[in-house]
Amino acid sequence: MNSRTVSSKLISDLVAIVGADRVLSARSELAVYECDGFVIEKNSPDVAVFPRTTAEVAAIVHLCNEHSVPFVPRGAGTSLAGGCLPVGGGVMIVLTQMKQIVEINLRDRYAVVEPGVVNVWLTQALRGSGYHYAPDPSSQGACTIGGNVATNSGGPHTLKYGVTVNHVLGFEAVMADGRTVQFGGPTAESFGPDLVGGLVGSEGTLAIVTKVWVRLTRDPQGYRTMLGVFDSVEDATQSISEIVGAGIIPAALEMMDQGIVVALEEAFQFGFPLDAAAVLLIEVDGLEAGLDAQRDAIVDICTRCGAREVRQAADDAQRAKLWKCRKQAFGAVGRLSPSYCTQDGVVPRTKLPHILRRITEIGAKHEVRIVNVFHAGDGNLHPIVLFDERDAAQVRRVLAASNEILEECIAAGGSVTGEHGIGVEKIDLMKKLFTPDDLEVMGRFRAAFNPQGNLSPGKMLPTAGACGMEQIHPGRQAAM
Amino acid sequence: MRDQAPSSAPQASHPHALPGQSIDYQLFLDCVHCGLCTAACPTYCELGNENDSPRGRIYLMRGVADGRIELNDQVLHHLDLCLDCRACETACPSGVQYGRLIEPFRAELAERAPAKERSDWFRRWILFGLFPYRERMRKALFPARIAQRLGLMKFAAVTGLLRLLPQRLQRLVAMLPSPLVHEPPLPERLPAKGKQRARVALFTGCVADAMFRSTHWATARVLQENGCEVLVPPGQTCCGAIHLHAGASEPARQLADQNAAAFPLDEVDAVIVNVAGCGAMLKEYDHCFPMADANHAARAALSAKVRDVHEFLLELGPVAPRGAIHRNVTYHDACHLAHAQKVVDAPRALLSMIPGLSLRELPESLLCCGAAGTYNLTEPEMSDRLARRKLDNIEATGATTVVTANAGCLLQIMREARGRNAKLDVVHPMDLLDQSYQAG
Repeated sequence: MNSRTVSSKLISDLVAIVGADRVLSARSELAVYECDGFVIEKNSPDVAVFPRTTAEVAAIVHLCNEHSVPFVPRGAGTSLAGGCLPVGGGVMIVLTQMKQIVEINLRDRYAVVEPGVVNVWLTQALRGSGYHYAPDPSSQGACTIGGNVATNSGGPHTLKYGVTVNHVLGFEAVMADGRTVQFGGPTAESFGPDLVGGLVGSEGTLAIVTKVWVRLTRDPQGYRTMLGVFDSVEDATQSISEIVGAGIIPAALEMMDQGIVVALEEAFQFGFPLDAAAVLLIEVDGLEAGLDAQRDAIVDICTRCGAREVRQAADDAQRAKLWKCRKQAFGAVGRLSPSYCTQDGVVPRTKLPHILRRITEIGAKHEVRIVNVFHAGDGNLHPIVLFDERDAAQVRRVLAASNEILEECIAAGGSVTGEHGIGVEKIDLMKKLFTPDDLEVMGRFRAAFNPQGNLSPGKMLPTAGACGMEQIHPGRQAAM
Repeated sequence: MRDQAPSSAPQASHPHALPGQSIDYQLFLDCVHCGLCTAACPTYCELGNENDSPRGRIYLMRGVADGRIELNDQVLHHLDLCLDCRACETACPSGVQYGRLIEPFRAELAERAPAKERSDWFRRWILFGLFPYRERMRKALFPARIAQRLGLMKFAAVTGLLRLLPQRLQRLVAMLPSPLVHEPPLPERLPAKGKQRARVALFTGCVADAMFRSTHWATARVLQENGCEVLVPPGQTCCGAIHLHAGASEPARQLADQNAAAFPLDEVDAVIVNVAGCGAMLKEYDHCFPMADANHAARAALSAKVRDVHEFLLELGPVAPRGAIHRNVTYHDACHLAHAQKVVDAPRALLSMIPGLSLRELPESLLCCGAAGTYNLTEPEMSDRLARRKLDNIEATGATTVVTANAGCLLQIMREARGRNAKLDVVHPMDLLDQSYQAG
């Protein structure tokens, strides 16, 4: 715990803005805000404040600047890389009371939401309208749209529909100096540099989003959801490359290996074959006409690649249950092992067989068990390393294995995060991923928006003097 | 009972230095801090404060047990505000058993509470002295029934006489269903209609038997229609949930033992419960009272035979009801049915069998209505917020009847509907099924 960086004057000024019932300053009530889904590093904010309007956010930011204290926004706190960690303490601006769906405009195909709206609330509000909000991270039942914008969240359906940045038309934000600015808006087109694209995924280091215009997508007319069962991981990954290579873009293409399948079966009793080495969850969607042909082509490819069988979800209920299994896969791993940590690497799709082979070798070398569930179509891996956090030697081996996997991803031409973000967790790996020149340009971009550095300090970019967290302990995480 | 300042000072006599230390630590470790539970939690949905979320409360309890977080008034308030609805258990992919954390933690807090608070009049006379005893309850309700009939309740409300009562009693009076109808007690045995397919015992409980005896009659008739011989063992009593959730585990265990002795388990295929809260409690006797005393096996045997009536009928294969009921209906999931017992589809499936009935899905159906046992008496503000939210959702469906399978939910939704003069029938699924069978 750091010593308090805020004065009682600041706290009373915050109370003057939002009222005493929306300011937390007791140590005992701030403890829950000392970490998010990433629990390795913890630090308590000195005060947490719950604004309900953009004007309140702006007033809070002005106040923080007057007092020269760091401030950090937070939504539901489901992020997995420590994006909400209040490095240096200061003021945590919790946006969960800004939770109105301001407008749904079906004719112009957009919705306006406040940052604290939970992703699935928007889906629920749109049910029956014929439209949906496409990004569906596995945490969608709890994570907020504001957080999705900050981390440029993905999800199983990104293969066809793209990630959050492809669905954000614009937003209103309070800048680091307290000004309120609108970027983009209800119409998709604007001239000049794409600042919306530049700010989405900046993990709260450039501005605090207070309102978002999101694109609405027409519901597909039909779905075909399949489960391919394979006796080897190689055959499964081969099928993935073949399907995409054949010009088919599935709405989702997910892989789960045997370890995950066993855990899911225990949790949900779907009827997964426990002896299969890997299963692929494949979904195509779109106009009804043509879906059967795509399904037949996929069945044919999987069979040629050595699938033992390819099952089809018989109805909507089965489809929903299959997706529930997939989306809760990480949490279900809690049933396999007392602790686990999730990695988030990306490789070109064709390198999947290679990287999975390497992950197996790395696990064997470090004597740790690794299971895999991931967005195969995107080449976005989520190897899950199982361990017991009470065994210090095992913990060190887990860290070594995790790092080796991520370095292997970089060597294969990939990246160290597909969707979870850099936060504080992977800040050291940025130097391996980018050249000093790259990092300097990113630093200048940030400085243009956040010159004082008071907004979300210590995140994403390694800075001289403030090096990344030294990892001494892997996370017990559930993830997307 | 937060009107008196709770003390965080552990009692010297307690075997553990800090609250929560008697809890199996592995249960805390099951939580991987993913946060997927948060939006399922009614208090978090209302307040957006992590301290009022399941993940936050686990963090607080673990912190207190570790000695890292001070158990002060604020922390106690966040823990008190938990409805114990267990929606978080449904949302949790890791299988965290939240009920097994909050319930023993609260029991420990109650044991440590100063004697003055433990003997608070409301707890002593109303929660523990009146609720668990159906006959006392019926007698206590007698004047209310007369008053309702004479229009005196309305008179008392209008003239402000009711305000002379202590606040929690006022709320209790406001909760009373209107009109309170006198029904004869169920006989000890009711025969099956047609070919006998099963023999079951019916659990009647305390509050439900005093306020909703007509629903017990309806349940028994529905079971009879489905070929069940129905026994109503006389020695049964309150399930003990009110006591356990108020932190009084010893009186709860005594009630559990009495129930374990009352049911002729060898003679029946199942012990049928139609109230969600009681069903959840009876099914969990085993883990609520893990002590290996002489009655442990008997309690476990009772738990193993307990079935929710919807669950049981669906497993048995229900006889189709034939009487048409032309109504727009919506179904509210009682927390202790959906989350604690995982019975979600069965009541809907049964209701869908009624000819003419239009069943509309209720938005946020899985979110607690704020009744939560005695929560509506102990945490009135949050309880009212959730009741308003529930009724807003009900009204949005356009349904004229809301169906739910728990005494507390029925009372809570009725009260809120009365309060805003909403034309809304609030009934148990068995009431509608019975009506359909009787008309068919």
